[in-house]
Amino acid sequence: MWSFFHRLASPKHFYRFATRLIPWLGWSTLLLFVVGLYLGLFVAPTDYQQGESYRIIYIHVPAAWMSMFVYMVMATAGGIGLIWKMKMADIIASSAAPLGAAFTILALATGSLWGKPMWGTWWIWDARLTSELILLFLYLGFIALQSAIEDRRTAANACAVLALVGVVNIPIIHYSVEWWNTLHQGATVTRFDKPAMATSMLIPLLTMFLAFKLYFGMTLLMRARVEILERERDTTWMKDMIMESGK
Amino acid sequence: MSEFFHMGGYALYVWLSYGLALVILVGNIILPMQRRKQHIAMIKRRLRRAQDEK
Repeated sequence: MWSFFHRLASPKHFYRFATRLIPWLGWSTLLLFVVGLYLGLFVAPTDYQQGESYRIIYIHVPAAWMSMFVYMVMATAGGIGLIWKMKMADIIASSAAPLGAAFTILALATGSLWGKPMWGTWWIWDARLTSELILLFLYLGFIALQSAIEDRRTAANACAVLALVGVVNIPIIHYSVEWWNTLHQGATVTRFDKPAMATSMLIPLLTMFLAFKLYFGMTLLMRARVEILERERDTTWMKDMIMESGK
Repeated sequence: MSEFFHMGGYALYVWLSYGLALVILVGNIILPMQRRKQHIAMIKRRLRRAQDEK
């Protein structure tokens, strides 16, 4: 078990591992999306307050959850890279950043599209929305900082520090709806008592969440693979592999 | 069926949300695929050049 993880720390083995795993993740993601969309758009009943507009939840909530989850993955990988100087950890952190930014943009945009018909406004400076916007700036800051510093090691360290400092924003996003009086509704799923949502609406939401999660796993590996190709292009293993496979 | 696309009058908001999700999610699959192809092609070109020089 340990030797398996140990080997994954080497870009060469990680590349092979990713290449084997990506198709499996791809097909399971597709299957989950088909099931989730079918349940969410056709099976789940109409909401008695919000009508059909609530169906945006099946994109908005998984995207928002992922925007925070990906941040934690990025900060953890950055921290590991900072302490143990692991090349693979830096690669994971920098591959996660653009994906996290994409999920954050999706969460903000779908939130806006949901807010307009329900609240009557595209945007409001409420605590939940503002802290999510700060999350987007953290991702963009990470990406900008990385491309601004020439030396890879220095860039990775600076980005890891930025990512770790920004972790403080994650609980703020999560609890913003409790700490402040927000227009944004409170938590419906992650409550200590049972979720305040009908099972017929909850199951498609959880299916979509799983689909988003596997999607992230797949695209993270795809980006990490490109990153490895870029960094290791002068190594013999890379040249051998490309000569062998011929593609 | 047209009732389904109508989404109880919220068609614009609902379908824009799903459409945007589609664009962002598919885009993030296509982008790394293209970049991977470009990198591999470049490495192959360099290998061929190195062989020709021998």
